[in-house]
Amino acid sequence: MEQLFFYIFAVIAVAAALAVITVKNPVHSAVSLIVCLIQVAALYVLLKIPFLAAVQIFIYVGAVMVLFLFAVMIIDIGKERLKEQIHGQKKYAIPAVILFFMATGYMVLWGKLTVPTPNDSAPLPGFHIEGIGKFLYTKYIFPFELVSVLLLVALVGAIVLVMKDKKGNRPKDHTIDEKP
Amino acid sequence: MTEAVWLIPILPLFGAIINGLAGNRIGKKAVGFIGCTAVGLSHLILISTFFHLSTLPHLNRSITVAGFEWFASGYFRIDFSLLIDPLSILIGLVVTGVGFLIHIYSLGYMHADKAYWRYFSYLNLFIFFMLLLVLSADYIVMYLGWEGVGLCSYLLIGFWYEKKTASDAGKKAFIVNRVGDAGFILGLFLLFWSLSELGVYSLKFQDVFENAPRLDPARLTWITLLLFAGAMGKSAQFPLHVWLPDAMEGPTPVSALIHAATMVTAGVYMVARSSVLFTLAPISGEIVASIGILTAFFAATIALVQNDIKRVLAYSTISQLGYMFAAVGIGAYSAGIFHLISHAFIKGLLFLGAGSVIHALSGDQDMRNMGGLSRHMKITSVTFIIGAIALAGIPPTSGFWSKDEILWELFQNGHYIIAILGLLTVFLTAFYLFKLVFMVFLGKPAPDRQIDRPIDESPRIMTIPLIALAVLALGGGVIGISFFGGESFLHVYLSPVFEPGSLALPKTHGTTAFVMMAVSVTLGLLGIFLAALFYLEPLRSIAPKFLNPGEIAKRFNGIYQLLCNKYYVDEFYAAAIVRPVKRFCQICLSFDLFVIDGVVNGAGWLTRLVAWLSHQFDSYLVDGAVNSLASVVNIGSRVWGRIQTGYLQNYALVFILGILFIIGGVMLVI
Amino acid sequence: MPSLTHFLMLGLILFSIGVAGVLLRRNIIIVLMSLELIFNAVNINLAAFSYYLQSLNGTIFVIFNITIAAAEVAVGLAILVVVYRQRKTVYLDELHEMRG
Repeated sequence: MEQLFFYIFAVIAVAAALAVITVKNPVHSAVSLIVCLIQVAALYVLLKIPFLAAVQIFIYVGAVMVLFLFAVMIIDIGKERLKEQIHGQKKYAIPAVILFFMATGYMVLWGKLTVPTPNDSAPLPGFHIEGIGKFLYTKYIFPFELVSVLLLVALVGAIVLVMKDKKGNRPKDHTIDEKP
Repeated sequence: MTEAVWLIPILPLFGAIINGLAGNRIGKKAVGFIGCTAVGLSHLILISTFFHLSTLPHLNRSITVAGFEWFASGYFRIDFSLLIDPLSILIGLVVTGVGFLIHIYSLGYMHADKAYWRYFSYLNLFIFFMLLLVLSADYIVMYLGWEGVGLCSYLLIGFWYEKKTASDAGKKAFIVNRVGDAGFILGLFLLFWSLSELGVYSLKFQDVFENAPRLDPARLTWITLLLFAGAMGKSAQFPLHVWLPDAMEGPTPVSALIHAATMVTAGVYMVARSSVLFTLAPISGEIVASIGILTAFFAATIALVQNDIKRVLAYSTISQLGYMFAAVGIGAYSAGIFHLISHAFIKGLLFLGAGSVIHALSGDQDMRNMGGLSRHMKITSVTFIIGAIALAGIPPTSGFWSKDEILWELFQNGHYIIAILGLLTVFLTAFYLFKLVFMVFLGKPAPDRQIDRPIDESPRIMTIPLIALAVLALGGGVIGISFFGGESFLHVYLSPVFEPGSLALPKTHGTTAFVMMAVSVTLGLLGIFLAALFYLEPLRSIAPKFLNPGEIAKRFNGIYQLLCNKYYVDEFYAAAIVRPVKRFCQICLSFDLFVIDGVVNGAGWLTRLVAWLSHQFDSYLVDGAVNSLASVVNIGSRVWGRIQTGYLQNYALVFILGILFIIGGVMLVI
Repeated sequence: MPSLTHFLMLGLILFSIGVAGVLLRRNIIIVLMSLELIFNAVNINLAAFSYYLQSLNGTIFVIFNITIAAAEVAVGLAILVVVYRQRKTVYLDELHEMRG
């Protein structure tokens, strides 16, 4: 039963991903990404970590993708022609990606990768928010604090970057119009 | 007493050194004083040594005064020691005595010369070497003196070295002497070698003469011939006579001392000293005598046609030396020594007289410009004529006694050919001597003589030695007169030296002696008479036509030319030896220049080549290395810089490629 | 329940698609979105491992990952806005001044 759901979610996710990178309209691309992200959240539920699914929806879909949509809207981007790729890159990039996919696929399917068995706390099947909370504030307290600082930095940085000067001048970055 | 003997050679050496080093600063008077007293004192010491020697028993008169060891090698040891015996004392007395007189004469003759001090230094040096030669006790020291007198002869002949003919003559003398000396030293080597085979490692006279009878006669013949070769060079016998006439370029007192009285007699002395060896090798004795008499005749013929006073006397010296060699060659050693002594007096006198004439005529030596000088120079002409009479062999002069002794000995011992040649030479000698006398001193003055200043007699300092020598020339023969039934003083005196070697000559002079005397005197007078006919004015005009010298010269032109050109001996040497040697020297010189220049230029060229190569190396390799490094970096950066395209997605592609590499690596490992 | 391999393969596929998008699209916004795809593929892998290895480490990692992705998107879009203001373009092949 779960297998079926897995396949459903997987297929939709893959299709949505493909749509992200192929459609011309950026708005369509963003919406496809939203669909993909929702599938990923569903997969989290399948993996019996509903907390992650919730986090995913809230943050990724709710905040990040909305931000994307805001950006897409603000910047007046026209439809782009798919065929206009970077000059000369296509013939190297596609084989590289395919090769990468195949190599890593081989590694995953038939590679003799050993996975270290964890000796941490045993997971609690089912509801384990308490576990996460406990870990987050004891074992991983340092990364937690760091990430919060990071968020602050990102916040401030984003604001600073886009801030216009009060007098109407350009923000404090160098003009790059001049030829070197 | 014996220690004072060392002063005999040392005093002239000191004189030479002092005059040589300080001569030009101490003034002419001091120079002359030092020079003359050095020789004079040596003479006095010799006289006292002579008396001392006479006190010793007759047969034992030989003292060896030991000096210091010169060098030693193995068994061979050479000491510097002197031998005092009758022969060496006698010759030493002659050398210092005549030398002293000539020194006095030189005070006057060389008075105006600017190198006065050099002259006296050389003259004293010569006396030193000559005494060393005469007083030595072994062959090596004698050879040292031998070479030394050769050196001094060169120095004195080329005294006026600015004159090319003089320096050439000096060179010629030295080189011809050297040829003879080569023979001499070879003879010494052979002698030493032969003696060493007998176990005797010494060249002292004593040792040599004691052991000589043990040597093989053939070997001895070679030795003596080689020694005689040296004597031929030193005493100007044919064919090594060519230097003596040219040696007249030197000052006249030098000619008197060296080339008449002393140096040229060194050869005779050496043969006389080696009497033991020559007696043991009779063949070489014959050869010595033959060469001697041939030279005597040959030189006399050349003297007939000479026009230079000094040349006539030079050839006369060669001729008389031939007589001496003829004597010692056949074994009549004391006769030869007697002639040596009397010739020293006579020739010394003649040369000094010639010098007086030349001095008075301010350097003119051509006899054809002279004549009638007896009016102006009484003492010179009288003494000269006495000397000429003595040399021509007219009694009672010393020349007569000594020459006659030789002729008698020759005849007595069966050497008739040599004796006849000797008589002929007597005739020729008288002729050319009196030709000189008549042309120079008697008769009328030459018509084309420029009279730029009055001709005066030479100063007293020059005429006193002339008088002294004239007295000796007249009376010196006393020591050699063999009184009837006995032997001469000289012979007796020298007998301890020559007794072991000399022939057992019958000493009694019988009627043959008187016949010889008469013959030689007649020939001498004939020669004088003929010369008078040719050259003396009153007789000349009444002489028959065929006896005119000009006519004879025209009639026998071939012979005349031959004699004038001295039998072309000099020309022969020039063609056969001198020119090839010069050509060889030229070849050596050009080869040397070529090689040296080639080497130097080649070295320079090589250096430039190396410099150029190194420059090329530097500019291409070194600069090339630096430049290529720079261009490698440049090209590399240009090539690798293309990675930075500026396109973000290119960089992302590189990420993926890198990941691919890592995955590939992991796949290989796992 | 599908095995771990299924989840890993899914993750791989999504990752490859994301990489292809990063390398091949000109538009910066699409590139950023492909970048989000990559993030999510990684998150799927992590969550799968967390489930199959019975460990909470993976879950914690995913939480952090999401947070950081969010921050990164914020900053990235801010840069995009600034770049757009300066150069009036959002196409990457026109932004290649820093070349050498």
